[in-house]
Amino acid sequence: MDLNQKFTPETWPEKPELATFEGKNKFVGFWLFLGGEVILFATLFATYLALKNKGPEGLEFTTQGLFELPLVFVMTMLLLTSSLTSVYAMYHLRNFNFRKMQLWLGFTAFLGLGFLMLEVYEFVHYVGLGFTYGNSAFSSAFYTLVGTHGFHVAIGLVWITLLIFRNAKRGLNLYNASKYYTFSLYWHFIDVVWVFIFTAVYLMGVVG
Amino acid sequence: MSSVAQKKGFGAWLWDWMTTVDHKKIGILYFLGGAFFFVLGGIEAMMIRIQLLNPESTLISAGLFNQLITMHGTTMIFLAAMPILFGFMNAIMPLQIGARDVAFPFINSLGFWMFMFGGIFLNISWLAGGAPDAGWTSYTSLAITSPGHGVDFYSIGLQLAGAGTLMSGINFLVTIINMRAPGMTYMRMPLFTWTTFIASAMILFAFPPLTVGLFFLTFDRLFGANFFDHTMGGNTIIWEHIFWIFGHPEVYILILPAFGIFSEIFPTFAKKRLFGYTSMVFATVLIGFLGFMVWAHHMFTVGLGSTANAIFAVATMAIAVPTGVKIFNWLLTIWGGSIKVTTPMLYAIAFIPSFVMGGVTGVMQGAAPLDYQLHDSYFIVAHFHYVIVGGVVLGILAATHYWWPKMFGTMLNEKLGKVTFWFFFIGFHMTFLIQHWLGFWGMPRRVFTYMDGQGWNLANYISTVGAFLMAIGVIVLVINAIMTTVKNEPVANDPWGDGRTLEWATQSPPLYYNFPQTPLVRGLDTVWIEKQEGNKSGFTPAVPLQDIHMPHGSIIPFLMSFGLFIAGFGAMYRLETAWGLPLLIFGLLWTFVAMSVRSVKDDLGYYVPKEEILEDMKREGGQK
Amino acid sequence: MMKGLKKWRLFALLTALTIFLAGCGQQELSTLLPAGEVAKDQFNLLLLSSGIMLLVILVVVLIYVIALLRFRRSKLGEDHIPEQVEGSHTLELVWTVIPILLVLLLAVPTVYYTYKLGDVSAMVAVNEDGDAENLVVDVTAKLYWWEFEYPELGVVTAQELVVPMDERVYFNLIAADVKHSFWIPAVGGKLDNNVENVNKFYLTFEKDSRDLDEGVFFGKCAELCGPSHALMDFKVKTLTRPEFDEWVLAMQATEGATADKDSADMGEAVFANSCISCHAVSGVDDPAYMGVDHAGAVGPNLTTFGDRNRVAGFMDHDEESLKNWITDTQKYKPGNTMPSFDHLSDEELDALTGYLMGLTIEE
Repeated sequence: MDLNQKFTPETWPEKPELATFEGKNKFVGFWLFLGGEVILFATLFATYLALKNKGPEGLEFTTQGLFELPLVFVMTMLLLTSSLTSVYAMYHLRNFNFRKMQLWLGFTAFLGLGFLMLEVYEFVHYVGLGFTYGNSAFSSAFYTLVGTHGFHVAIGLVWITLLIFRNAKRGLNLYNASKYYTFSLYWHFIDVVWVFIFTAVYLMGVVG
Repeated sequence: MSSVAQKKGFGAWLWDWMTTVDHKKIGILYFLGGAFFFVLGGIEAMMIRIQLLNPESTLISAGLFNQLITMHGTTMIFLAAMPILFGFMNAIMPLQIGARDVAFPFINSLGFWMFMFGGIFLNISWLAGGAPDAGWTSYTSLAITSPGHGVDFYSIGLQLAGAGTLMSGINFLVTIINMRAPGMTYMRMPLFTWTTFIASAMILFAFPPLTVGLFFLTFDRLFGANFFDHTMGGNTIIWEHIFWIFGHPEVYILILPAFGIFSEIFPTFAKKRLFGYTSMVFATVLIGFLGFMVWAHHMFTVGLGSTANAIFAVATMAIAVPTGVKIFNWLLTIWGGSIKVTTPMLYAIAFIPSFVMGGVTGVMQGAAPLDYQLHDSYFIVAHFHYVIVGGVVLGILAATHYWWPKMFGTMLNEKLGKVTFWFFFIGFHMTFLIQHWLGFWGMPRRVFTYMDGQGWNLANYISTVGAFLMAIGVIVLVINAIMTTVKNEPVANDPWGDGRTLEWATQSPPLYYNFPQTPLVRGLDTVWIEKQEGNKSGFTPAVPLQDIHMPHGSIIPFLMSFGLFIAGFGAMYRLETAWGLPLLIFGLLWTFVAMSVRSVKDDLGYYVPKEEILEDMKREGGQK
Repeated sequence: MMKGLKKWRLFALLTALTIFLAGCGQQELSTLLPAGEVAKDQFNLLLLSSGIMLLVILVVVLIYVIALLRFRRSKLGEDHIPEQVEGSHTLELVWTVIPILLVLLLAVPTVYYTYKLGDVSAMVAVNEDGDAENLVVDVTAKLYWWEFEYPELGVVTAQELVVPMDERVYFNLIAADVKHSFWIPAVGGKLDNNVENVNKFYLTFEKDSRDLDEGVFFGKCAELCGPSHALMDFKVKTLTRPEFDEWVLAMQATEGATADKDSADMGEAVFANSCISCHAVSGVDDPAYMGVDHAGAVGPNLTTFGDRNRVAGFMDHDEESLKNWITDTQKYKPGNTMPSFDHLSDEELDALTGYLMGLTIEE
């Protein structure tokens, strides 16, 4: 593979992420990795559901009393939108439009950052109420599940920021196309996990 | 490569091994690392058996004994058996499918260094105030109340090694999916490649639960979480479920590659195609699948209720069917063959009755009501040693002799190999057969001593004598390995003369690019087919001679693993020292920076020019 | 051929060893000498499964030995190329179907016994007067000793379980600190004492413990629970139903028993000063005693100490062992929670052991 190979939108392959051997490996490998991540989150979900509202006698905090759906709804919207903007970015990746791809990825990162800030706010708020990590088995399971997701978001943000700045001057080539594509896979995965968290933790917590 | 390195001096040689991304060298590193821990775990086992030689023995204190059993189990499973098998997978599997390397050479190296640093971390506990002492299963309630940092060494050390294993698993999967040589369809893959594939898939789904479980344990002990503290609403049974959802597949992750090894050895030394190849493949897949359905049979006495126990009992027994299929296929492979009893074949032959005995006692324990008696008694100790030593370790020893010439380019001494075998084999049965009866006679497992007058003395004595025989066998093997390495008599491509799969169609050891040209595969046992049709080299190229693309070596995997290693100490000593937290942050930052360097630096690899390959081929003179 | 001979010799050796090993162990604690309905059910399952499994081993070894003897390269010659058989659908079918049948043969009784042994519905059954029909024992496992409470009878003891013969005795199991597992090998399989939930099961005792060499059945802890896990033994005494009723009456008669600090008996005085804050000498379960209920008792109840078979669950039941134990508990049971009383004078110690050995309710 030659980094200096110049492409035009016409010569750019239809699926640039799969155009190189390394890209194909990365594609399969990352899907498998996500398979493992599914199991990881499944274990966290199972533990959360088992320990939901479990604590020492006279447990002070429960899902009903704690969660506020409006905030979580805004967070959900931010993350869902960021998934959409990353789809636009991938559209431009395939069309060999580097500038627009970078721009949409910038939006994605911005929305992701907004989500993360709100999550930090949420956690700080809970801790302020006294719902600390060691408050109960429930609090440990809650912070671990939601926090692991938040950590994934943070990793994704660092990743995309590095990619955006790293490639700002070199433009799109077959070497970094698969890197961008892998990021978008990851970002969609994070989004899907959040949908489950929103349902299983927040909605079922407040309603159920 | 190695001759070039010798000229460079020791520093360059060391640097070469620390930065290597060559699957064959990483295979050797895994093998040697695993062998080191195998000896360590063996010493722990001997101390256990010496303590139990006589009743009411006071050689080893109760606390130390619990550390020994914990470390023996943990070391043997995570740091010896798995890495040694990974060594063979790395060294052999890419050759068997005609690939140049694994899919992600960098991650391969990272996986190795994570394992190595995890193993070192775990064993530093001996010097830092005591090893983990809650058993290799580290059941919570005991594990969260265990004083000192022993269990922290366990949870953090395994977290490191486990992450490495997960990476390697994904790597092998992608390698097999994407990098098979032309003509190497799935149903032409050698059984060792197949079992590597299924074991890797199981790693992918079994290790994340372990990661989560260890995370819970670490955070319960060090960061104030309450997953397992029942006074705070936690639940210790969750740990048992998580551990065994990982732990049971883990058993199959170990035994399947061993099955693969024997499925290579039987056809080779019986000069006969593996009987029922298709059903062998399906049996492997089925075992892998069922392996995830039976974890609760480790928990029959936990009180899950009759219905759960009954379901898991029947599911457990079902695994006997595909396993039986495998046994009979091996028997029918040697039936009508031309059996040559080499050392690897000797191990393979010994494997069948040994493993069958371990298998049938497994079915007995699958019968839940009977398991109420056998669970946590010496019967279970006998059972799992029959499967793991009689299956996995015999497989490892067989593969060591079988693939030694391919990995190191010289043959182990056959006579000494057989001496090792007889000591080990007799010692093994002597040690563990009698332990079934100790279980029947009411002896619980994990006891640091036992009172006189319970009828257990003679059996324990015999068991310990057997352990000494096994130890002698292993010592002879080590001597054998050293002697042959010193002599270093080079061997041909196929030193056994009966090789059937692609690894025997290239040099021993292979050049760093494996095959000068990518091979063409025309069927199962492709080398055998070629040879039968008169092609002495057993090799038909699929492409014309061309430049070969190879990856660069890198020190980053070593640095990344090292960062996590020191972060582990930071996390552990965070509460009682001032330097704990800064060290934790520093270690994580270090790893992050190393990772960023990797991600920011373009590494496109390099090309081996055609001329150099031609020269290599001329120098090696083709077939020896 | 030498190798073949070696193999045969090995087999002969293994066979001899197997026959030798077919011994059944000691009747106090061998699962092969079942002393109750549950253990017998489990033993029958053992016989059935061993039978099936021996059959499997036999078939495998037969094919194996014939193959190894017949198809040697040394006989067939180096140049012999065997036929490269791909497989056989018929054979595959045979060795799939037969194992399935064998597994089914074992699965049916397995499921039956699983439900049978798991059935504790009779635990709550009451007769016309509202009294429980069956004896229920609450077992609390602690580091490293066992407490046995009979809630219906208001009686509590420790380290030595006393049960009537020939009826189902139901157990509630729980652990007070870390997980343990309750196992009386000769009488039936184990069940775990979890920390967070009560496990229930039943056992039936059908052999008189007085007929045993040791006079008691041995009970074990079967779950690693710390350094002295190996020493967490208990004993079981079986009585006829009338004898058991008498034992209960005698226990109930100890209500309110305590030790007096000012007693003329020096042993009792020492006990009252040093021991009674943890160890009760009344066998009646008094929730008000020491302000804690039974699960919170700090040390084993010693009401029947003089009648017991062992000191600390595993040491010989004589004054010397008892003195050793009291003066250096960590030496004999590392990690246990009882302090060592090494400051007692020899005289005090003599008196204390005398007093303890005299704690008896049997005539």
